[in-house]
Amino acid sequence: MAGTPNLSRNEFVKVTVGVLGTVMGVVVGIPAIAYLLSPALKTQAADAWVALGPLENYPVGEPTLFTFTRTKVNGWEKTVNSYGVYVYRPSESEVTAYSNVCTHLSCRVNWKDDVQEYVCPCHDAHFDINGAVVSGPPPRPMDQFETKVEEGNLFILFTE
Amino acid sequence: MAEKVLTWLDERLGLRGIYNTVFDRKVPKVNWWFTLGSASLFLFAMQAVTGIFLSVYYVPSPDHAYDSIQYIMNGVAFGWLLRGIHHWGASLMVIFVFAHMLRTFFYAAYKYPREVTWITGVVLLLATLGMGFTGYLLPWNQKAYWATTVGTEIAGTVPFIGSFITNVLRGGSDLSAVTLARFFAVHIWFLPAVIGLMIGVHMYLIIRLGISKIPSQDE
Repeated sequence: MAGTPNLSRNEFVKVTVGVLGTVMGVVVGIPAIAYLLSPALKTQAADAWVALGPLENYPVGEPTLFTFTRTKVNGWEKTVNSYGVYVYRPSESEVTAYSNVCTHLSCRVNWKDDVQEYVCPCHDAHFDINGAVVSGPPPRPMDQFETKVEEGNLFILFTE
Repeated sequence: MAEKVLTWLDERLGLRGIYNTVFDRKVPKVNWWFTLGSASLFLFAMQAVTGIFLSVYYVPSPDHAYDSIQYIMNGVAFGWLLRGIHHWGASLMVIFVFAHMLRTFFYAAYKYPREVTWITGVVLLLATLGMGFTGYLLPWNQKAYWATTVGTEIAGTVPFIGSFITNVLRGGSDLSAVTLARFFAVHIWFLPAVIGLMIGVHMYLIIRLGISKIPSQDE
């Protein structure tokens, strides 16, 4: 082995190639893994209060869709994503806001007036007016946003 | 255990035979100049690996090429390292392949029976220069744009068919998105395929014929 006087030229070359190869493999290989993974490891804080306009725009007793867009930077580009919120006022004094993203596999649900349920077109999920699962595959009720009303204007705490 | 697995595989794949043929060859007494071919091969492998990694983020479009490289350099972990290796490796590869050609020439190693090895080597040298030329445009910065303007203009000085050659290289009369896309395709598909194939033939011939000894004074 290395250090003994009996190390042959052939063995020396093999050991040297093995050691140098390992060093080079590690020096390039580990950064290469980090290079591939790094965009996945970056998280962007997206929490923000989003203004949904005057509360009086939303009728009592009927879920109303409000859509808005938000911009994020992904890689070297700005990505504009659209979002939908169903605002539902059970009474004059209460207001709730539901994400229209289906809790099953993220398709967008629609409020169907005739059946008085939210229906997801992808896998036929049904939610009632309070967001509870009626039928279909969703694992949990519809997601809700925190709401607040300031000077007659409705806001939701948008989170992702 | 490892020995057993190796023997099992060897019985079926003939690995030891390949190893002995490729690595346990008799070689004449030579010097350090005879390592340039191996160095070129190593650099090619390095360029291939780093190039594959760069293609994860690089986008060959005038809208995105420059920004995607900025992202590689500043936005992604170790992007600067992989691009740096690819950048400097490119220059080193041209130098090493050229020096390898000079060594072969001055030691007269291209003579019988190694003429075909020399010819594949010529293709490899030209393909390496082609890689340098096409890769130079991809960053889509000022240097890239004007270097390719000049390079394709020089190709246009060929008598009679010059402007045709320029148009073929550019994919039209102007340097455009079409130029960038075809340079990219040539850089990552056409030329690597040619180089890979030629390296295969080149190495087969080296293994088959062995390397030439240093010529003596009375030869």
